[in-house]
Amino acid sequence: MKLYLNGIGIIAPGLADWGEARAVLRGEASYRDAPLAKLQATRLPAAERRRATAVTKLALDVALQACGERAAEVATVFASSGGEVEVIDRIFQELATVERQISPTLFHNSVHNAASGYWSIATGSRRPAMSLSAFDDTFAAGLLEAAVQAAVEAMPVLLVCYDFPPLAPIARHRPLNAPFGVALLLQPERDPSTLAQLQLQWPCTDAATAMADPALEALRLGNPAGRSLPLLAALAQGQTGAVVLALDGGRGVRVHTTP
Amino acid sequence: MDPLILSAYTLVSALGRGLDATCAALRERRSGLRPCDFLDAALNTWIGRVDGVEQVTLPQPLDHFDCRNNRLAYLGLGQDGFAERVAAARVRHGAGRIGVVVGTSTSGILETELAYRARDPDSGELPAGFSYQYAHNTYSVADFTRRLLALEGPALAVSTACSSSSKAFASGYRLIAAGLCDAVVVGGVDSLCLTTLLGFSALELVSDRPCRPADRRRNGISIGEAAGFALLERPLPGMAGIALLGYGESTDAYHMSSPHPEGLGARLAMASALERAGIAPGGIDYVNLHGTATRSNDAAEDKAVTALFGNRVPASSIKGWTGHTLGAAGIANAIATCLSIRDGFVPVSLNTVEVDPELQGWIALEPLQRPLSHAVSNAFGFGGNNVSLVFGKVGP
Repeated sequence: MKLYLNGIGIIAPGLADWGEARAVLRGEASYRDAPLAKLQATRLPAAERRRATAVTKLALDVALQACGERAAEVATVFASSGGEVEVIDRIFQELATVERQISPTLFHNSVHNAASGYWSIATGSRRPAMSLSAFDDTFAAGLLEAAVQAAVEAMPVLLVCYDFPPLAPIARHRPLNAPFGVALLLQPERDPSTLAQLQLQWPCTDAATAMADPALEALRLGNPAGRSLPLLAALAQGQTGAVVLALDGGRGVRVHTTP
Repeated sequence: MDPLILSAYTLVSALGRGLDATCAALRERRSGLRPCDFLDAALNTWIGRVDGVEQVTLPQPLDHFDCRNNRLAYLGLGQDGFAERVAAARVRHGAGRIGVVVGTSTSGILETELAYRARDPDSGELPAGFSYQYAHNTYSVADFTRRLLALEGPALAVSTACSSSSKAFASGYRLIAAGLCDAVVVGGVDSLCLTTLLGFSALELVSDRPCRPADRRRNGISIGEAAGFALLERPLPGMAGIALLGYGESTDAYHMSSPHPEGLGARLAMASALERAGIAPGGIDYVNLHGTATRSNDAAEDKAVTALFGNRVPASSIKGWTGHTLGAAGIANAIATCLSIRDGFVPVSLNTVEVDPELQGWIALEPLQRPLSHAVSNAFGFGGNNVSLVFGKVGP
């Protein structure tokens, strides 16, 4: 399956956008851990922006980085292992009390596709919106879904993959290191603003590609969305290359990148 | 698009286990709803609880997946020879050529709700035995299904709230169309939990009576649970049965928990499904409604349906039977639609006494016996996420 990449977004500690990440992944700058900049969700109406969670804002901000002015015209695949981790913790806390008062906003913000719903409101887009999870392999599953959709439906598809570390007491059972968001705009045809060609091969039984830099490898393993880093590194280096992304059951995806 | 045959399908809901029990209830006008008796929910509402989920034990070596949602999935996979049909397909195509796409909204979070209640008073830790990956995580039910059926194709869980398991059909179709799979197990599993019971109550969307879709006095949903699955594959020459002919997906761009008041997204989804199927609105014989029995859903859906079909096509919702099964609503509607086509009948809109005079469409109050060539099945969810499917007969 051959696709064209027309936009990249990334938000992670020390990697505030593609420009910053590209320099680090090309080895032109060294990686420095830093807290996330304030998440904005600028396209959301004020009332929705107040209600939206940090998880949703992370997804919206990284999505916008990748597709800018094309936001309203692309179908979306929102991929997240854990979804709205902060909201569900608050609901579970509340359900353990005698009163059990769940606020309506809290409840509708708890759905896995909350970010996807807010994206549709923020952009005015009525395009199809998928929301999925595949635990640790959510990035590869999302990439496969987005690529298949772009190829079969012959339309641009924006993949947005994002996860926040769960709160205590779930954190101990699902330890994620840091928030991570990545977005890729895929389309079936090359055009003048195409950044690279991606060719996906499934299945592939080779081991997943790792990051050589220990700090970046920790980011990769510390968040399901961080599993995108080897692909982002290949894209940053701008050379012909191939990376392997793991999928459940040992049958991964090999992605060939060509400038 | 090329039709995909449902070479096996099944459903477990409050109506019972399997297609025969479902069909019998639909024909006998027997609702599966009962006054809420789920744990200590203590709500003045009716629910579509599946009997016997508490007694299900998962087989070795998958017993670490134990949670209400996966027990319900296991019940579903055991009906109508579904697992055996998938095993036969596995021999035909190879395990690596069969994908798994399962919709769910709340997965196994009931176990987490209960674990939070049982936190250690000093440390705040969840009790021993709590499993995040195999119970709570959204992917758990897709993972369980994949392993139980010994499939090795791409697997994912779809979670677009109440459209999740209709979305699974679209995703499954594409995996086959792209050449990655020869067959895909699609479906949906959602089970009762306190988050949804109390959450929908907080939104004031839960009825104090068995839900009454399209009724003048409708006042909200009855929450249910269900597990349903279908095996999608390309029909071989001479194969006859029910097929997926089209799907349409859209979003509302309007509100997180209320549909677009004119049903704009719903209309887009239905129109897109018809277009993919290559069928004009005049070729549709039945519309299986999302029909949740909230004031806003039924009004918006009616506008969307009548904009496309006028009042020429009989329509009904099965929510008065099964309740609103959330992430499994799409598959429950899809299976009910397939049974309607297979047996040539339009189920009534159960519990509907007087159709809301503001609704323009044809709501079926009496069962209709008639051959159905093509039918539309709707599912709409929070986040304004809409999916419509078109099913019909194929083959000799």
